[in-house]
Amino acid sequence: MLKKEHVISWLSESFSVLEENRQYLTQLDTAIGDADHGNNMYRGFKKVNEQLPALEGKDIGAVLKAVAMTLISTVGGASGPLYGTFFLQAATKCTGKDELTPQEVSVMFKAGLQGVKMRGKAQPGDKTMIDVLEPATTTLSELVEKGEPLDIAIKEAVSVAMEKLKETIPMIAKKGRASYLGERSKGHQDPGATSSMFILEAFSKAIS
Amino acid sequence: MKKLINNPDDIIKEQLEGMQAAHPDLIKVNFEPYYITRAGGPVKGKVALISGGGSGHEPMHGGFVGHGMLHAACPGEVFTSPTPDQMHLAAKAADGGAGVLNIVKNYTGDVMNFEMAAELAMADGIKVQNIVIDDDIAVKDSLYTAGRRGVGSTVLIEKICGAASEEGYDLQSLSALCRTLNQNGRSMGMALTSCITPANGSPSFDIGDDEMEIGIGIHGEPGIQREKIKTVDEIAEMMTVSILEDAAYSRALKEWDFEKNEWVEREIVDEPFKKGDKVIAFVNSMGGTPVSELYGVYRKVAQVTEKFGVKIVRNLIGPYITALEMQGCSITLMKVDDSMIKLWDAPVKTPGLRWGV
Repeated sequence: MLKKEHVISWLSESFSVLEENRQYLTQLDTAIGDADHGNNMYRGFKKVNEQLPALEGKDIGAVLKAVAMTLISTVGGASGPLYGTFFLQAATKCTGKDELTPQEVSVMFKAGLQGVKMRGKAQPGDKTMIDVLEPATTTLSELVEKGEPLDIAIKEAVSVAMEKLKETIPMIAKKGRASYLGERSKGHQDPGATSSMFILEAFSKAIS
Repeated sequence: MKKLINNPDDIIKEQLEGMQAAHPDLIKVNFEPYYITRAGGPVKGKVALISGGGSGHEPMHGGFVGHGMLHAACPGEVFTSPTPDQMHLAAKAADGGAGVLNIVKNYTGDVMNFEMAAELAMADGIKVQNIVIDDDIAVKDSLYTAGRRGVGSTVLIEKICGAASEEGYDLQSLSALCRTLNQNGRSMGMALTSCITPANGSPSFDIGDDEMEIGIGIHGEPGIQREKIKTVDEIAEMMTVSILEDAAYSRALKEWDFEKNEWVEREIVDEPFKKGDKVIAFVNSMGGTPVSELYGVYRKVAQVTEKFGVKIVRNLIGPYITALEMQGCSITLMKVDDSMIKLWDAPVKTPGLRWGV
């Protein structure tokens, strides 16, 4: 079971890991973007973190919706709407719920993933956050279907995602600002896929 | 960097305070978050026309809020998309009960942020459509990049659709008009110097004293080629011919489908110009080029279009969609029919564009 306290701790863990890796994400973005991804994600999740005390006691849908609204109004650029959409679509599957079964968690992640794909029109292999979010979501839902407990399923999803993250390095970007670089985007790990990886890790940490 | 500013962090706020002080009869500025609406509040029964984008392109968009043009505008930071919360609140403030049409320039951030804003407004029961403007022919490829950028056509479309809203067009017919105008318009820009964003304090790109960049974007994005500077006749002729001879352009743009209740991709094709077309010619300064030079450009545009057999029926000349202090210009040609010309001539009263009143 995923309790609402776990969700609060997922978000605060996300802030910690993004704060820790702020420079690292910005470095990755300097190579193939506009050198602000670390700062933007830090600014957004810092604001989320500040709001957490006020969100304690709210149901999971309400918490995730508040997170979405905060991210879309503070992160900016393309990451703001993409992560905002992830949490907004995830929220629609948890309206009024104080806890989620593993199956419901899987449905929540799928909704978030579908939202990001719809918003950004990216497919696996385009060198984006989808390259991490999709395999992680697939692994999670497969293991949950087999009856694995949530913490085991998400651990496995994170380790699959970690491998997939490394696979973004040789890819040629086909979406976003990096797409204008064409061949020159090869050899660099995708910053958006990396921040998605951090948020998945934070989820695993929060429920273990 | 030499600029008439106080602190770079305050320039958007101070610019908006100045606009509010100058035009209290026309506009009302909201500061948290930033958006500009008409002074008189929402216009009952008329579709609210809203646009927005990064700042630094003034008078677009804030300067086009007022009777006969926009109902609201959302300014972002310099060259940075505004966020959905701004757009959502602007939609709520401007909606007069007949729905909202967002005019969105084709940049990745702008498109996504306006989509989210539309969803938020629809969740509030406001009917919203987004039409994306992509008229910059300097971008050839839409398969591996974000496609053509939204530039000069935006100004003409805001004027014509603004008049159509005053005429009482409903959301569907206004969206159709907006889409057609986008298909009818093509633009091309060029720069002699770079712009300097206040936050960076240094030129966005290096360019030699004797060089020009053809196909420049309104944020200083690279164009088609870097060449030695030529005479205005040669430059204006090359740009006008490129626009007139641009082949059919096909791409998919996202719009809201009110029956399926989801975003759908519409395959849209811009047909090339042909002999006998009537056009509005728009010669725009990127900010640093004086009006005197724009008339030199227009002179050649008029000659070339006449030779091609295309008739300029209206024109607009001046700095309307700028890139800070960049020296350079853009040329836009937009095919129009008699009903569009009538809408172009209709009264407009905004801080940046005013006639017939």
